[in-house]
Amino acid sequence: MIKSFKKHLGTAGTVGPTVIWLAVFLMIPLIYVIGISFLTKNAYGGVDFTVTLSNYGSLFQSEYAKVFLDSLLLSLKTTVICLLAGYPFAYIIANAPRKWKPMLVLLLMLPFWTNSLIRTYGWNTLLRTEGIINHFLQRIGLIGQPLEMLYTDGAVLLGMVYALLPFTVLPIYTSIEKLDGSLLEAAGDLGAGRVHVFTRVILPLTMPGIFAGSIQTFIPSLGFFFISDMMGGAKTMYIGNLIKNQFLSARNWPLGAVLSIVLIIITLVLMRLYTKVGSLEDMA
Amino acid sequence: MKKQRRVREFRPGSVFYACLIYLFLYLPIFVVIAFSFNTSKMNIVFEGFTFEWYGKMFENRQLMQSFVNTVIVAGVSTVLSVIIGTLCALGLYKFEFKLKNVLSTSLYIPIVIPELVFAIALLIFFTSLNISMNMATLIISHVTFSMPFVVITVRARLAGFDRSIEEAARDLGANEFRTFMRVTLPMISPGVISGGMLALTMSLDDVVVSFFTAGPESTTLPLKILGMVRKGVSPDVNALSTLMIVGTIVILLTSTMIQGRLEQKM
Amino acid sequence: MEQTRDKVIIRLKDVDKSFDGERVVKRLDLGVEEGEFLTMLGPSGCGKTTTLRMIAGFEYPDSGQIFLEGADVESRKPNERDVNTVFQNYALFPHMNVFDNIAFGLVEKKVKKDEIRRRVEEMIKLVRLDGLEKRMPSQMSGGQKQRVAIARALVNRPKVLLLDEPLGALDLKLRKQMQVELKHLQKQLGITFIYVTHDQEEALTMSDRIAVMNRGNLEQVGTPEEIYNHPKTKFVADFIGESNIIEGYIEEMTQEAIEVTMESGKARIEETGYRLEEMVYLCVRPENLKLSLEPVEGFRFRGQVREHIFVGSINKTMVELPNGQMLKAETPAEDELVPVGTVVNVYWNPGKAVVMRTAEEQIYNVIERSVKIEGMTNDQIF
Repeated sequence: MIKSFKKHLGTAGTVGPTVIWLAVFLMIPLIYVIGISFLTKNAYGGVDFTVTLSNYGSLFQSEYAKVFLDSLLLSLKTTVICLLAGYPFAYIIANAPRKWKPMLVLLLMLPFWTNSLIRTYGWNTLLRTEGIINHFLQRIGLIGQPLEMLYTDGAVLLGMVYALLPFTVLPIYTSIEKLDGSLLEAAGDLGAGRVHVFTRVILPLTMPGIFAGSIQTFIPSLGFFFISDMMGGAKTMYIGNLIKNQFLSARNWPLGAVLSIVLIIITLVLMRLYTKVGSLEDMA
Repeated sequence: MKKQRRVREFRPGSVFYACLIYLFLYLPIFVVIAFSFNTSKMNIVFEGFTFEWYGKMFENRQLMQSFVNTVIVAGVSTVLSVIIGTLCALGLYKFEFKLKNVLSTSLYIPIVIPELVFAIALLIFFTSLNISMNMATLIISHVTFSMPFVVITVRARLAGFDRSIEEAARDLGANEFRTFMRVTLPMISPGVISGGMLALTMSLDDVVVSFFTAGPESTTLPLKILGMVRKGVSPDVNALSTLMIVGTIVILLTSTMIQGRLEQKM
Repeated sequence: MEQTRDKVIIRLKDVDKSFDGERVVKRLDLGVEEGEFLTMLGPSGCGKTTTLRMIAGFEYPDSGQIFLEGADVESRKPNERDVNTVFQNYALFPHMNVFDNIAFGLVEKKVKKDEIRRRVEEMIKLVRLDGLEKRMPSQMSGGQKQRVAIARALVNRPKVLLLDEPLGALDLKLRKQMQVELKHLQKQLGITFIYVTHDQEEALTMSDRIAVMNRGNLEQVGTPEEIYNHPKTKFVADFIGESNIIEGYIEEMTQEAIEVTMESGKARIEETGYRLEEMVYLCVRPENLKLSLEPVEGFRFRGQVREHIFVGSINKTMVELPNGQMLKAETPAEDELVPVGTVVNVYWNPGKAVVMRTAEEQIYNVIERSVKIEGMTNDQIF
């Protein structure tokens, strides 16, 4: 009896704080979001306790549908570019000579450790109409008029790729690193050419890394409103900014909640797909 | 065979490509650092070297306040995350209880969910309780997303160790508390350190969650910069950003080294 | 096998333990004498390690009691018991060097600094680790780690040292060497050792007594000679050394001998104390099994030579009985071999076969005994 009491005390004392913390500051707030998505916004920017489904209906309005489509497209482009640029990069680092490797990995980690907004802000400085690149190009006489680079869709894409590239590369790097060199030798020994070794051995074996990297790129990119704020123009609205606006300027909380739920659903679907190839542990 | 492969992959083309990507990753960082030493007020051409802005930034009250806030929030939330998270990892390792799987899975929610959703959830939660945003709400939010990383890191460390080592301590006359202090804690310390560093990085790196859960008095440096970008940024921001970049890197390098040494010893 | 009370240092009384509903130790009764080297021997999962862990205090019996020097230790935690353990994979503290590992227990006991130094150094000498005081466990070989683990336990001068397959991770040569060293150490210090292993050879060479366990039951306790030469159960005969085990029943009985009828023949054995028609196992060690071209008095037991296997100093000869069972006989390598295919008479010298009751008969005997204890007669039961 005493033993089991002590055990319960031990359990409560160790995991208790976490359970309470997650319940109060994660579960309950998420339930709030779901709850609010069924309520009605009132004229003062608050919420009336009238239950409605109309918030969900507004998802089908063409303006919002366009925002979703644009956002998904941007995230998809970001992910694909990150993968295409990041995979060879990860592969090169993973196969670099032994004495170089720790340094190269460290150089990959450093941008990871510095604030992504400050890093993106550097791009803002570079791309401005009166910024470094334009100034440089005009100086060498390549262009007469400054190019409109900042505040375009391209700049947003650049910012996204830039902010998220380390997140794509790291899981891929880990999975390539884990590859057993003798497997590649075996494949080569069995007569596979370089292309075949890659497509039939390396690529399938690093799939979990590719998936983890894609998800860690795709999901955050949906919410990185500050990148489109810093790099984008007024022409294109993305879902992150749309949600942000519902809570700040437009004061339409129920709509914001509905949009968030859509984001959650997209995440859940992707995670479901992911757990078929990899484990949750690899995400952390 | 293995050697051959390695040599073959590290051809000039590969080197060039890797350099290109590194350049892409570091160019903006260099720009920020370089212009923090620029005599010109405009971030366009490097006109001359000066430390002026490093002095000026201390006069910019608001900017300094946001920097101090960033440091406080990162520090406090890291300490809290480490304490709560390490306890949780120990509990998950030591005890069997109902809904253990539910807890382990819940820990991944803050990790996989888009930060934005999580941020507005907290915003709604605090506002509906009539709590106005301040340092406390900011710290709470940061702990919520960084604590799971600590749990996972420490737990991974614990999973790799032999239970009989703790039993050996008990066998040699140490009670539960002494066993924890003399054996368990020193053994998980590399995990605790790397979990803590992860928490620190997450907190320093965060923009989205802070955006919604920081009050007017508790803005962090990245938020401050975000607010200034459209209007044009003064060079003292470059100086402070440089300080933050360098500071973060120094702290993390040091801790990585300490951690490496601890692990090597074992 | 009953011991006098004052010499017994550890007594397990009716100890029972289950994990997830599976009984791993069943009503175990065992006394360990002061100063003896007792080995608990059995296949993996027989309950020997669990028993050891209950003595150490890492597990608690579901029922029954454990006495250390006559005192029930149920309420005592591992750190409050005067026993120390040497763990299977050493369990050295990875963050402490050799000196600190060995000093751990003494620091907990708040022994004075200079005495700690003196005792630890003495131990380091005893296990011959001189000069390695500052080494970390990660920088040592398996054999060295093992010595640290032993020193770490012994420095506390425990009443009893528990060793859980301590040599299991070492290679054969080192293991043999450590066996001898451990035995010497135990003799020298006079500390009671309870040693758990699944290696029967190890048990035979090191132990004063062996307790053979199988599926949570104590099969037999005795000296290595008793266990080897007079196994009480088929399991013991089978597990320790090689055995030919032949099933049969008692057809005839005289004052001084029984005649056992087997599927493949008959044999006369000078044993008493059995009932007519009782089922028994005969156990004959290969070195005692003899082959002859001539009939042997008292045996009507024939088989055909199938194969000879040369293993250095001896020859192993496989003989197939008419029912298909293979018997193994060992003969010195220089002896002349009977050609393969020859039909031979199988026999053994008087006293070289052990007769064991089959499991059913044992159960019958247990019932009979308990009936006697209860003071009832057979008639009252059946």
